[in-house]
Amino acid sequence: MIEGILVEGLIYGLMVLGVFITFRVLDFPDLTVDGSFPLGAAIMAVMLVHNFNPFIALLVVFAAGVTAGAITALIHNKLKVPNLLAGILTMTMLYSVNIRILNNRANIPLLKTETMITKVTALTEGIIPESIAVLLLFLLIIFIFKFGLDLFFHTDLGLTLGAMGGNEQMVITQGVNPELLKIIGLGLSNGLVALSGAFAAQYLGFADVNMGIGIVITGLASVMIGEFLFHSSKISMLTLRVLLGAIVFKGIMYAGRYYGYYINMTPNDLKLITGILIILLLVVSKVKKGAR
Amino acid sequence: MVELKNVTKVFNEGTVNENKAIGDTNLKVATGDFITIIGSNGAGKTTLFNLISGNIFPSTGSIAVNGNDVTKVPEYKRAKNVGRIFQNTTLGTAGQMTIEDNMIIALTKGFKGLRRSLTNKKREFFKEHLKNLDMGLENRLKDNVGLLSGGQRQAMTLLMMVLSKPDLILLDEHTAALDPKNAQIILDLTVKYIHDYNLTTLMITHNMNHAIKYGNRLLMMDKGEIILDVKGEEKQNLTVEVLVEKFHNIRKKNFENDEILLS
Repeated sequence: MIEGILVEGLIYGLMVLGVFITFRVLDFPDLTVDGSFPLGAAIMAVMLVHNFNPFIALLVVFAAGVTAGAITALIHNKLKVPNLLAGILTMTMLYSVNIRILNNRANIPLLKTETMITKVTALTEGIIPESIAVLLLFLLIIFIFKFGLDLFFHTDLGLTLGAMGGNEQMVITQGVNPELLKIIGLGLSNGLVALSGAFAAQYLGFADVNMGIGIVITGLASVMIGEFLFHSSKISMLTLRVLLGAIVFKGIMYAGRYYGYYINMTPNDLKLITGILIILLLVVSKVKKGAR
Repeated sequence: MVELKNVTKVFNEGTVNENKAIGDTNLKVATGDFITIIGSNGAGKTTLFNLISGNIFPSTGSIAVNGNDVTKVPEYKRAKNVGRIFQNTTLGTAGQMTIEDNMIIALTKGFKGLRRSLTNKKREFFKEHLKNLDMGLENRLKDNVGLLSGGQRQAMTLLMMVLSKPDLILLDEHTAALDPKNAQIILDLTVKYIHDYNLTTLMITHNMNHAIKYGNRLLMMDKGEIILDVKGEEKQNLTVEVLVEKFHNIRKKNFENDEILLS
């Protein structure tokens, strides 16, 4: 079970990193995530079923996610649509797109299909237990992305993105086009979210058009839990915090699923629990701020 | 350097809320000018700056910077040679980032790539400049700017602006939010930088003494118009009393004119 929590936490952590970029770094609450997560899952599933190389599939997934994010940014920039609405528009359109990608079906099972995970477990069979092999695989993958992001946020472009959320005027004063930065930021974020969806599909063994519903809220909850773990302003610590927050969140959800029946809870209540969790976190952080 | 030709700006044109913020204005700023601008609230001083910086576009007329027509050029493009500092001390820097990160962003204007410009050599360069501010900031490169006082933030904003080598700077009451002691420090620093880097400057101020004391040219604005423009020797001989008297004379005349029009 603990491996399950860690693996799911890591896989969804990649999505949470995307949510962190939009909500916290760019200060652009982007709801495209609910559509780009199943988008990544759908593309990955279809390409695996058609025997594409998983790495090529991942590249396509990332590109599709970037495009989805860029579309939201363009709607917001060019039509002056509020950021929340722009995200909802793209997310809604993606629902239909995702069904089309899934060949007019609501889901595609991957149980008999060769995935990155089955390839790795076939390689390590007999050497290390399967669950540990999967955990190591995703530890490696997700931390490569984490360190990549850390490096990115130390570049001139990354730093400017960081300034953008707190002070758009400053970015303009430095001669940078804020619209372009939003496209880059949302593109990067949704690229990561789509990749997370692609990994999730392989881990869960299916891609479902509904697997993205409310995912942005779980991402936000994870970001907020992470913020409670420790305080830092270093980007490497912030991304680490995001991943830890995602793992803790998955742990809470596991607990809800396995022990919730003691209090008559069903898996259907998990979204309610997530919402209440966020409200609680908001209240606590408010009280904390007031005390200071 | 800057030339405004028949520039007007009307907000909410064609509605009941129509507001003529700038009426037919012509202004020529020569390279090296240090112009102070005074005027009451709503006189159009900040709107004038918004027009020059490209934050808003004029309703009619044209604006040229360095001989290039920039009337429809967006703010971020104009910002490459125009520096601007606001009254709000938090607008010039990113509070959630460190001093060194802020400075590296400001060092080169325009789109930033995937390079890592922040090297130890750059840090030494920043330290040297921060030392000249005499605020102890040279030892706090890794502190978040949000921890600094308003005066320190404004000093950093000034430094960041001059390091990016602008041709023209717009100062919008940039000392008004500071206590008198810090305001004087920032003002002295501003004058030093304008002199050292030979910057063409437009400075809005509410302080008539400052408007008279600093710069080589003074503009007075009222109701969207430049009603007074004095330079050279005439400016040096100005006093607050003379200014106030001039204002009353001009406005009285206009008032009478209006009455004639209405009758």
